[in-house]
Amino acid sequence: MTSETKPISSLTILYDNMRWEEKALYESAKKRGIQVDNVNCKSLFIDLNEKDSRYKDRIIVQRCVSYFKSLHSTAALEGLGAYVVNPLQAAATCGNKLFAHMRLINAGVKTPKAISAFSEESAIAALDNFGYPAVIKPTIGSWGRLVALLRDKDAAKAVIEDRMHMFPLYHIYYVEEFVKRPPRDIRAIVVGDAVVAAIYRYSSEGDWKTNMALGGRAEQCPVSTQLEDICMKAARAMDGEIVGVDLMESEEEGLMVHEVNNTTEFKNTVKTTGVDIPGLMIDYLSDLGK
Amino acid sequence: MLKCPECDAEIKIPSDSIEGEIVTCPDCGASYELVKDGEKFDIKPAQVVGEDWGE
Repeated sequence: MTSETKPISSLTILYDNMRWEEKALYESAKKRGIQVDNVNCKSLFIDLNEKDSRYKDRIIVQRCVSYFKSLHSTAALEGLGAYVVNPLQAAATCGNKLFAHMRLINAGVKTPKAISAFSEESAIAALDNFGYPAVIKPTIGSWGRLVALLRDKDAAKAVIEDRMHMFPLYHIYYVEEFVKRPPRDIRAIVVGDAVVAAIYRYSSEGDWKTNMALGGRAEQCPVSTQLEDICMKAARAMDGEIVGVDLMESEEEGLMVHEVNNTTEFKNTVKTTGVDIPGLMIDYLSDLGK
Repeated sequence: MLKCPECDAEIKIPSDSIEGEIVTCPDCGASYELVKDGEKFDIKPAQVVGEDWGE
């Protein structure tokens, strides 16, 4: 970062799809008199050896919806001296469920119990010990894709056998306990040092998953001290600055974090709560120059 | 104003559009991504979802 003592006058929004969120950030920045450089990642090329890079000290909001574009462009730009929100460490950790799990438990954040195995046989053996029902998830993936509820050994064998014919990443078996909870989860948005808004996300009819991308509905969730505490611990554990924390209300253990999103979507949270999340994000980014 | 490559209907491009935005044909519903062609916009078929897309 530079040693300037005033709010920033410009920032870069790095995106690959200009969604509602990115346009809202752009409009919020313009309203505050901040010059915005919208950079489409698909048009970006970077000299990784560039001396005195134009990106040095630049504040960049990472908004790529493609995880691999986001991860690698963050690595390149951060390496050239840019201040990327969220940083590479957060992108790498949040984007991998096994990495994230280890960070969360080491930070004392409650998260569903999980096992990992590295072959078909060891995964089945581990599940015999872990018990059913269980939830198998790809270590990298979003929007509930390839997440499956394993009710018994036959279901596990079918899913694991399918994965043997997929890319080797899917041969890393990550399985979580099936947490008994109401048919909803919580999405809380962290900006800097605070949870600025939260919503309940209800499963769509006939689906046990609560991802909004799968058609669930949302309601405002009050931000209690307990919710704020666990979210801030989770965000810090990931080195996240602006993140979406997903939580479940376990019948046995209370609030537990099951995911932290480093390029969080917030359209539904804004529409449900009325909180100006893009404005708060821009204010946070602007203050980074102070 | 651009023509939909699928059905030839007219697709309006709002003045505040940004490269990368998705526009939809009002007649056939096909989705297109806005791409820059010099100072003007052109359209190309939009990628609906990528394997690594998500939060």
